[in-house]
Amino acid sequence: MIKFQMPNLGADMEAGTLVEWRKQTGELLHRGDIIADVETQKGLIEIEVFDEGTLEKLLVKEGEKVPVGTVLAFINDGKADVSESTTPEEEVPKQEIHPIEDRVETPHEKIEEGERIKISPLARKIAEANHVDISLLKGTGPEGSIVKKDVEEAISEGEKPTQEGEKKTEESKEIPAKPSTANANAMRMAVAAAMSKSNREIPHYYLEKRMDMSKAMDWVKETNKERPIQKRLLPVALLIKAVAKALDEVPDLNATWENGLQRKNEINIGFVVSLRSGGIVVPAILQTDSKTVDQIMETINDLIPRARAFKLRSSELSQSTFTITSIGEGGADKVFGLIYPPQVGIVGFGEISEQPFAEDGMLGIRPIVDVTLAADHRATDGLIGSRFLAALNKHLQNPEEL
Amino acid sequence: MTEEEIKKTVFQLLQRIAPETDPSRLMPEENIREVLNIDSFDALQFIVSISEKLNVDIPEEDYGKTSNLKSLLAYLEKKVKK
Repeated sequence: MIKFQMPNLGADMEAGTLVEWRKQTGELLHRGDIIADVETQKGLIEIEVFDEGTLEKLLVKEGEKVPVGTVLAFINDGKADVSESTTPEEEVPKQEIHPIEDRVETPHEKIEEGERIKISPLARKIAEANHVDISLLKGTGPEGSIVKKDVEEAISEGEKPTQEGEKKTEESKEIPAKPSTANANAMRMAVAAAMSKSNREIPHYYLEKRMDMSKAMDWVKETNKERPIQKRLLPVALLIKAVAKALDEVPDLNATWENGLQRKNEINIGFVVSLRSGGIVVPAILQTDSKTVDQIMETINDLIPRARAFKLRSSELSQSTFTITSIGEGGADKVFGLIYPPQVGIVGFGEISEQPFAEDGMLGIRPIVDVTLAADHRATDGLIGSRFLAALNKHLQNPEEL
Repeated sequence: MTEEEIKKTVFQLLQRIAPETDPSRLMPEENIREVLNIDSFDALQFIVSISEKLNVDIPEEDYGKTSNLKSLLAYLEKKVKK
């Protein structure tokens, strides 16, 4: 029997609210299946299972907020478990010991009393965030209840450009899915908690190297020339791939610091995505090293909009082994990052801009990027960090091999 | 497609990317990305969506012409008429 626990989706997460079970008792689960939706400070996250088996028992009700590590369900993997008969009894009271923090109150009790609208908690959440009036919806779920799909359809219908004139467009301007102030606040607090922990516990050291991007930018330009607009690359895809290759050469930076240095087998690069409403989300590009530059670009195209819409999966939030922050066009020249614990390094790319650059006794104007590395001095020393930046530079000078 | 319709489409797409802003307030020569706070990724998404919506091809070397409203609208009008 496998205990399925509330996952830890980052250093800043203490608890999560189980919003909706996507699987029912008795259902067969496969690795990677989405078993539930959990609300965290980073929004609604789809939680995946990493085991095969039958969903035996659900222990936490929809709407309950429980600490990280709380057993949410039992999954029967068919393996005989010595403590199988005792586990359920042991676990259930254990849960009561965990103080269930402020239980999420459903603010819609009033409506329900009046009109008795059947709606799943997830659908309600989405409707609320998008200001959809649920009393106008027709449910297609069990017993006519409103489910996620109904709300999403209502939202997409609302988004369709209306031909009925300006008035409607004027109205819809108010509607865009903007996280509420409460959400933005929770996000701010989550970033605050993680970064305070980082600054308090991690002795950072910083290195910096200027890198010539001529070859890399030429390669991107040439590649993009032959492509339809939807398939074009951003330089950042190349930067991410180069970082993955450099990490492969300097594995001490692809690690965590948890009772000593723990190297990670997979290279999952977390990519800092800033949100318009403030705050950041850092989804992971899983197995970055085994992806091509094109695949990395595809992954970014998929991840960034989902990160901004708060629609990430648990593996994408919990599996990062290293972080990249990139300022992009029109921004600062350099960025010195704070490490996301328990990782041991973060690389920062400033804006790529034209600068005077000397090489072989000649001065020229080239696209230059200032690259910084912040690394954990408990885990590595400057020599390792320096080696990493040198490796990164080497890969950026050979873009066709990336 | 008239000049007015192109403008309307541009505003709609910008609004989708930067929902809390009012693109119709942009001055003709203001840098769109700076004023609406649009990053490199969203800038690419904008160009993709405008090319799909107006059915025009925008090669990478022309991205510079999309930086402010004045040059963007002039560029798109020329492209649409072709």
